[in-house]
Amino acid sequence: MTKTEGLALDGITIRLGGRRLIALDAQVGRGEVLTVMGPSGSGKSTLLAYIGGFLDPAFEAEGSVRIDGSDLTGLAAEDRHAGILFQDPLLFPHLDVAGNIAIAIPQHSGSRRDRRRMAEAALADAGLEGFGDADPDTLSGGQKARVALQRVLMSRPRLLLLDEPFSKLDAHLREQTRQMLFATARQAGLPVVLVTHDEADAAAANGRVHRVGDS
Amino acid sequence: MRLARIAPPLTLLVLVGPLAFGLAGTLLPAFGYLPSLGGTRFSLDAFHLLAGTPGIVRSAATSILAGLVTTLLALLCVVAFAAGHLDSPLFLRMRRLISPLLAVPHAAAAFGFAFLVAPSGLMMRLVSPWLTGLDRPPDVLIVHDPMAITMVAGLVIKEIPFLFLVMMAALPQLRHKETLQLGRCLGYGRVASFIFLLWPQIYAQMRLAVFAVLAYATSVVDVAVILGPQLPPTLPVRLIEWMNDPELQTRYLASAGALLQLVATFAALLGWLGIERIGGLLVSLPSGRGLRFRHDRPARHAALAAMALSALMVFGGIAMLGLWSLAGLWQFPKALPSAFTLDRWSAALPRILDPLVTTLWVAGISTAIAVVLTILCLERELETGRGQGGRSLMLIYLPLIVPQISFMFGLQVLAIAAGVEGTAASLVLAHLVFVLPYVFLSLSDPWRAHDRRYDAIAAGLGMSRTRALMRVRLPMLARAILTAAAVGFAVSVGQYLPTVLIGAGRLTTVTSEAVALAAGGNGRVIGVYGFLQTVLPFLAFAIATAVPNLLFRHRRGLRL
Repeated sequence: MTKTEGLALDGITIRLGGRRLIALDAQVGRGEVLTVMGPSGSGKSTLLAYIGGFLDPAFEAEGSVRIDGSDLTGLAAEDRHAGILFQDPLLFPHLDVAGNIAIAIPQHSGSRRDRRRMAEAALADAGLEGFGDADPDTLSGGQKARVALQRVLMSRPRLLLLDEPFSKLDAHLREQTRQMLFATARQAGLPVVLVTHDEADAAAANGRVHRVGDS
Repeated sequence: MRLARIAPPLTLLVLVGPLAFGLAGTLLPAFGYLPSLGGTRFSLDAFHLLAGTPGIVRSAATSILAGLVTTLLALLCVVAFAAGHLDSPLFLRMRRLISPLLAVPHAAAAFGFAFLVAPSGLMMRLVSPWLTGLDRPPDVLIVHDPMAITMVAGLVIKEIPFLFLVMMAALPQLRHKETLQLGRCLGYGRVASFIFLLWPQIYAQMRLAVFAVLAYATSVVDVAVILGPQLPPTLPVRLIEWMNDPELQTRYLASAGALLQLVATFAALLGWLGIERIGGLLVSLPSGRGLRFRHDRPARHAALAAMALSALMVFGGIAMLGLWSLAGLWQFPKALPSAFTLDRWSAALPRILDPLVTTLWVAGISTAIAVVLTILCLERELETGRGQGGRSLMLIYLPLIVPQISFMFGLQVLAIAAGVEGTAASLVLAHLVFVLPYVFLSLSDPWRAHDRRYDAIAAGLGMSRTRALMRVRLPMLARAILTAAAVGFAVSVGQYLPTVLIGAGRLTTVTSEAVALAAGGNGRVIGVYGFLQTVLPFLAFAIATAVPNLLFRHRRGLRL
């Protein structure tokens, strides 16, 4: 292993009942995007679950996941700091908008009020100033997506896992969100693994493409 | 979570431990072994005595038949109603009406039913004297009739809401709307589409609940004391009389009888398997011939009428409990009391306070333990991906299918031997055996249906499992958890047998006191106890609805 910066996936294999779903070796540098393409039902999302550490015990998986040289494979999901975004924003419905972000801020980052202020600042960065006290369910689809992204960023992730995050947005919003996400990842120097079935996503990601489940 | 690891074995212990020990505690005295009473030698004397007891065959047969008829009628009502009206606006309205009836304790429903149908009850008053010409109650045996018809009717109206809700819980897993549309497009009537295409799958899912109803109806004590036959009473009532006999030697006989009850319930289950076969033929023969049953309007109306009548009887009965508790002078043919008074309440309150407090803490503690154990078990299930199979469901239903009286009596024997009868801990544990299954059944569906991607997000944000549970899952499932707790509370409030046997007369609840009044026949005092018994679970459900509404009043995503 010459390159230690970024995400290294070595000999990853995921099986379900003896059938191989995923076989992958890849290097994803900081700010780079690895796109995993495949039809629905091909098991491509299990790769994200394996990297994130929440793979269903029904699957058998092996291979090592390293970030900047340190091994994540044996760690619990919460110790990996792998931020994940799904096609639905999945804001926590019982918290207000700022609460959704504050809950992501690592522990020991100041008092309750400090955390709240950091959350409000993150909202302002995303063009959502003054939305802190709002009920997340009242936001528009685009606003929710931005809150979800800020939430993940505030948890100071070491990598980003994207599970078809654009598939439910309309064409205009999709383009905009893509730009925002990839730019943010580049800026923050985060390796990204994107799972999608949309060729346009792969093109926009402008990185290596790994195809699964093609027959 | 380390704590979650011990939850499944602990839950198993709560469910199966008392059952196993209780059955052993019944079995040994039945065969003559009860050292505390000097029985150290195994013998069959108790069984000879039991066989020689007058009317014992009739008592057992009545129990078996009452169980089968109750289950069949209640299930038929529910199926016919769903088949005829599923998803209609009327159906949704009925569903809202029927759901709260689950909370009514059996004893209260039985008392209310008695107040409606008795010779001096409201129904007779409404038609007297203008129709019947009667100015005094007719001298007929309606309540306590020897054929147990009134008892079966009282059980049916109380089991309908339970079976209905179990069926509603099975529906979301089937594509029932599309299936019914498909059936109608093929030319089948509404009822036929439901019965031919959906019912077999629904029944497979609710089968254990039906078994529980059957086992309950064959072994019920409180409803049988209030409504059932008296000469001779049904088997469970005779058992409880023997158990309470001051002559301690009768305990051997009671133990043998408790085993007979086990056999009787098992016989009823075998009989039900036969009914299942016949029912299967009744469905498969006409569907095999392609019969369409397009004109099913009369059947649909009949089903609706039966359902509405049963709900009306329970609601009417509760209203009668309230009315009687406030009644002053109330002469026979008058439909309403001539005067109202709070005398009964003020006279009863000082005496009712102790049982009321006991009811509240027993229900509160057993429910709290059940909720915590259930949550930890379900959390463990998520971690391991195991425990959803049919075998674990079977274990959860086990205390509901083995007749309560057959192992509770043995538990009482053990509790006396260990010197823990009538203690708070043993009473809570006895209630927990029955509260836990209902809490688990009520919470497991919403828990498993919760979107697991929230767990992934929480973990990705660096939250430990405990923190994710406390900060994300529990608040999002607050409504389901509180509803499950209300169910558990209602189950505990309604428990009669465990309270009588394990409370040992030292700890009494509103329910055990109410049933004890049945023999006295003072309608006004019964009204006070029965009404109070009904109010407690309703309050629990009201709180379970109001608290999330209040907490999440600014959270649209969590509104119903």
